[in-house]
Amino acid sequence: MAAVLVYVEMNEHGPAKSARDLLAFAAGLGEPVAVVVAADSPSRESVAELGSWGAGRVMLTTTPDAGRVLVTPAVDALEAACASAADVAAVLTADTADGREVAARLAVRCGLPYLGDVVNAELRGGDLFVEKSVFGGNYAVESVVSGMAVLAVRAGVNCGSPAPREASVDPLDVGPSVAERTAILDSLPPTGTGGRPGLSEAEVVVSGGRGLGSREQFALVEALADAFGGAVGASRAAVDADYCDPVLQVGQTGATVSPMLYIALGISGATQHKAGMQAAKTIVAINQDAEAPIFDIADFGVVGDVLEVVPQLLNELAAVRR
Amino acid sequence: MRSVVMIKQVPDTYGPVELDSLTGLLDRSSGEQVFDETTERALEVALQQKEIHGGEVVVLTMGPAQAIDALRKALAMGADSGVHILDDDLAGSDAARTSEILAAALRRIGFDLALAGDRSTDGQGGVIPAMVAERLGVAQATYLASLSTDGLSLTGERVTESGVQTLRAALPSVVSVTEKIAEPRYPNFRGIMKAKKKPVDVWSVADLRVQGVAPVGSRIGSVAERPARQAGVRIIDDGTAGRQLAQFLSTSGLV
Repeated sequence: MAAVLVYVEMNEHGPAKSARDLLAFAAGLGEPVAVVVAADSPSRESVAELGSWGAGRVMLTTTPDAGRVLVTPAVDALEAACASAADVAAVLTADTADGREVAARLAVRCGLPYLGDVVNAELRGGDLFVEKSVFGGNYAVESVVSGMAVLAVRAGVNCGSPAPREASVDPLDVGPSVAERTAILDSLPPTGTGGRPGLSEAEVVVSGGRGLGSREQFALVEALADAFGGAVGASRAAVDADYCDPVLQVGQTGATVSPMLYIALGISGATQHKAGMQAAKTIVAINQDAEAPIFDIADFGVVGDVLEVVPQLLNELAAVRR
Repeated sequence: MRSVVMIKQVPDTYGPVELDSLTGLLDRSSGEQVFDETTERALEVALQQKEIHGGEVVVLTMGPAQAIDALRKALAMGADSGVHILDDDLAGSDAARTSEILAAALRRIGFDLALAGDRSTDGQGGVIPAMVAERLGVAQATYLASLSTDGLSLTGERVTESGVQTLRAALPSVVSVTEKIAEPRYPNFRGIMKAKKKPVDVWSVADLRVQGVAPVGSRIGSVAERPARQAGVRIIDDGTAGRQLAQFLSTSGLV
């Protein structure tokens, strides 16, 4: 079976959670192979974790550039991995800022097709059929590729869980880079999430809009998110009013999310916002304005004051769980 | 210092956007076409760099004839000259092809800084700046929320879902900016009048000496519009909305 190379982003705890989804996605297309770029050899636990997610093989390159040079070390490693693996069906990265750029540069360097926003892929008769989500899930576009492709795959794509494997680690030799380097002088984790899950990976997202009225009252959004162990999001209006950190913005000019549950608090539901969240499985909206367009797409809508309804809901949730 | 700003005309984000169901391409005839606001901010950054370091600002766009409107607005905001890549062969170009054309144009113009928005509000691919940097063999500094240069190198803060990184790269570089980097200026009357006399070069694919037809990477198999979401239950809060909502979540298996 042909190999499917998965670029695994590493963080201080080990492989990023996105790798689990990507390896499962890869298992549907061929033999999942994790490609890791790290400053030091990853711990035995990290390798075991990749195996438990379905990787039979880890191609590892250790370089002091990991975490210190932007994007290009990963492109170099994937290029070398493509050259050393006998038969490669596809290369996968996460559909994040870093993942997309790694994938796009690799595609240009190796003359391969690149597709982003990927939500599904299948091999049929030697061709790769790739489904992309376009305009916040309004359209599904299927593209056909003959031969190998580089895909940036959306987080949270449901693709089952492959059988765990015992992963072997093979060193990957990467020659000198042809790319001009951009130095990373300093890195900080995302601000404003306060230890909560990231927007793109959370199963529950609670977002606040202009209807919250102030930065102080935006705390209610955080309280409800915490009741679900979910992520906090915001509409553009809330970000512009400085109720919260700009990284929380959901919508056409912010994050695109597709959680199990999306709760919109005091958000009217402009096209700009809907484009980022209407792929959610279930949508709940609370808004004072009965005419707000958000109600047109909500599975459960409450016309009421968020400042009254949310505390009621928090009490009920606490009671249900007691 | 010479800055080249890659600008784009897109459908207004406050209107609906539609795909042609046969080609899978954006229907640019539906809705109003506007200057992509993030590329407008990239232009503001270039104008500020010129105010500090001198030099010139060139605006570059690839698009149909109507894209001249965005170029004229950019010139009215203060750009010195424009380049419009106009060629029917480029309709429906994918990211690989677009980056090839833009890279060829940038090579021909010459630049210290090539700026773009991080993700356009229409296609939202977000990969053109990285692809252009790869093709030109220059450094990329993308998703910048701040930027400063000293004529030889740049530093800036990259803001993404993974956090904030402080970057340094040698010039020339390809930069993309987030919508937080700067507030674009409005063109004033004097700017609008002066813009009419500023030069705009129109180039075809042949002028850029790139291959006439790019190798086919992928083709569109099918395009399906998702059924519109239906509105579900809607209640008016009478003091029990919290309870009813909790029940809904509970029966839906969400708590």
